[in-house]
Amino acid sequence: MLSARTGSQRRSRRLNAVSLPVETLFHVILGLFTLFCIVPFLFVIIISFTAEDAIREFGYSFLPQIWSVEAYQYVFQLGDALWRSYFNSFYITIVGTVLSVLITLLYAYPLFRKDFRQRQFFNILSFFTMIFGGGLVPTYIICKNVLGLSENYAALIVPMLFSPFNVIIMRTFLQTSVPTELIEAATIDGSGEYNTLFKIVMPIVKPGVATIALLNALAYWNEWFLALLYIRQNTDIIPLQYLLMKMQRNADFLAKNSHLLGTEAANVAVNLPSQTLKMALVVFIVVPIACAYPFFQRFVVAGLTIGSVKG
Amino acid sequence: MSVINPRVPRRFTSMSSSRRKKALLLGSMAAPGALWLLLLRYLPMFGIVLAFKDYRAYKPNTFWNNIIKSEWVGFDNFRFLFKSPDTGIMIRNTLLYNIVFIILGLVVAVAFAIMLSELTSRFVAKAYQTMMFFPYFLSWVVASYFLLAFLDPTSGVIPHLQKLSGQEVINWYHDTTYWPYIIVGANMWKNIGYSTVLYLAAITGIDRTLYEAAAVDGATKWQQIRHVTLPNLRTMMTILFILSVGRIFNADFGLFYNVPLNSGSLYSVTQVIDTYVYRAYMNSGNVGMSSAAGLLQNVVGFLCIIAANGIVRKIDPDSSLF
Repeated sequence: MLSARTGSQRRSRRLNAVSLPVETLFHVILGLFTLFCIVPFLFVIIISFTAEDAIREFGYSFLPQIWSVEAYQYVFQLGDALWRSYFNSFYITIVGTVLSVLITLLYAYPLFRKDFRQRQFFNILSFFTMIFGGGLVPTYIICKNVLGLSENYAALIVPMLFSPFNVIIMRTFLQTSVPTELIEAATIDGSGEYNTLFKIVMPIVKPGVATIALLNALAYWNEWFLALLYIRQNTDIIPLQYLLMKMQRNADFLAKNSHLLGTEAANVAVNLPSQTLKMALVVFIVVPIACAYPFFQRFVVAGLTIGSVKG
Repeated sequence: MSVINPRVPRRFTSMSSSRRKKALLLGSMAAPGALWLLLLRYLPMFGIVLAFKDYRAYKPNTFWNNIIKSEWVGFDNFRFLFKSPDTGIMIRNTLLYNIVFIILGLVVAVAFAIMLSELTSRFVAKAYQTMMFFPYFLSWVVASYFLLAFLDPTSGVIPHLQKLSGQEVINWYHDTTYWPYIIVGANMWKNIGYSTVLYLAAITGIDRTLYEAAAVDGATKWQQIRHVTLPNLRTMMTILFILSVGRIFNADFGLFYNVPLNSGSLYSVTQVIDTYVYRAYMNSGNVGMSSAAGLLQNVVGFLCIIAANGIVRKIDPDSSLF
């Protein structure tokens, strides 16, 4: 029965489908672009498993002459700075995500309540910042000199705690999944506002909360700009993304200028984390995303579709 | 009121006090977010005056004191900005790249979404979509390493191949020739998957019977795409198109800063307003000119968004932002 149905469905699809040569052409185009998207990542994985000597001799290669796990051994031997920054990345991501989801939900919920008279005010307060802002320099000076967001974890977390875009996504989720009657009923039954939000509304909008959490977690995990702005000396708290960025710069600088700096600096350049090590670190950054990706893709698609249409 | 008029039933007063309590409680929920907005978004707006001041350090060296004591210079900062040869370059780069991104982002993403929707195997289509969308979730720092694997002057694949085939080896991070294409390619790599997914979601939402009816009436596949799919995507295309026109003065900082590895020799093709503001302030400490450039960007961006929204509202009132 079931197979007969899918069979006829397939036939009806086939009936009104593009011709085989055209479909083949589609496969070629889409396949090539897919490769373009995915090959750089696979290539970096291959490089990270290549022996450093092979790279020195033959350059990066898709089919390395000598495979090796020395880069990963080095990562595990190499101590503090790396693991610290890896820990920082997780720490910033977890704390930032929890706080930002909480703030977003708390801000979006009153905006969704039609019986909240000040909702228009809070709506505009948030929305206006989407279309106008003070700009980078005033924001930077205020954050650094007035709010004390400098050389501390707060500087890496606070500037991204809130996003009007996420508020709109969250509010849309609330509007589409929570009936007003439910809240009225809860109020009549004597449920307080916070109780209603966390005990009754929250379980219903779990998909929305998951979407916001994932978007924020990704944003925090990929964050390097705040570190570039606000962290100058305190390298103990930089996330892995920024460490990678700094390694690029330092190595480049030393490689370019080693002949000017004499043998001592050249030695430093040689002892700097090797090329394979850097690629291994890139793998370390991407692997958590790649592993979680199949699970979160659905949520993110839902969230972004809502955000783009209603936003 | 109940004191003045004793005939008002007591229930009324308790109602109004519970209403006030409700407003207070709901307001308290919005308070953390509102506080964040005031401190991190509205307070910096006062910093706009920096664009009209000769900002210097005074005693005591606090931000507010410096701002108050600094001299007003009117539009001098803007005058200097427009005299600088960098300004034309960064505005040109920002606008041209954005125009290319908008056109390619629209055409390629719609084409990909239609192709994906026409594939007979759902499984393969899903696999393509999943892999295309993946780069969207990676940072530009990671992307810059991906590119480095190909272009690195000592070990990169392409210089290596050039060496092997006896061609002249290009120093990719100093030669501007190919960078416009690299930047466009990098942007496509990261963002096409996202817009493709959006359009694909819209196509999936189209009523299948429309296609069946068209097929029964003898419409070819191409005619179905032209007369069923595209009209159904029109609203989405218009919104995304006009919203991106509204952001035509803004550039993705990471793309223009990290992907070319902040290489100075590439500034002529990679400098955009966002990177200029950052460099003018962080590297040269030029508060006046960087604030002026930032303000110019924000004001023009603001006007673009207002205009874009006005156009959206005329075409399709439901999808306008405000």
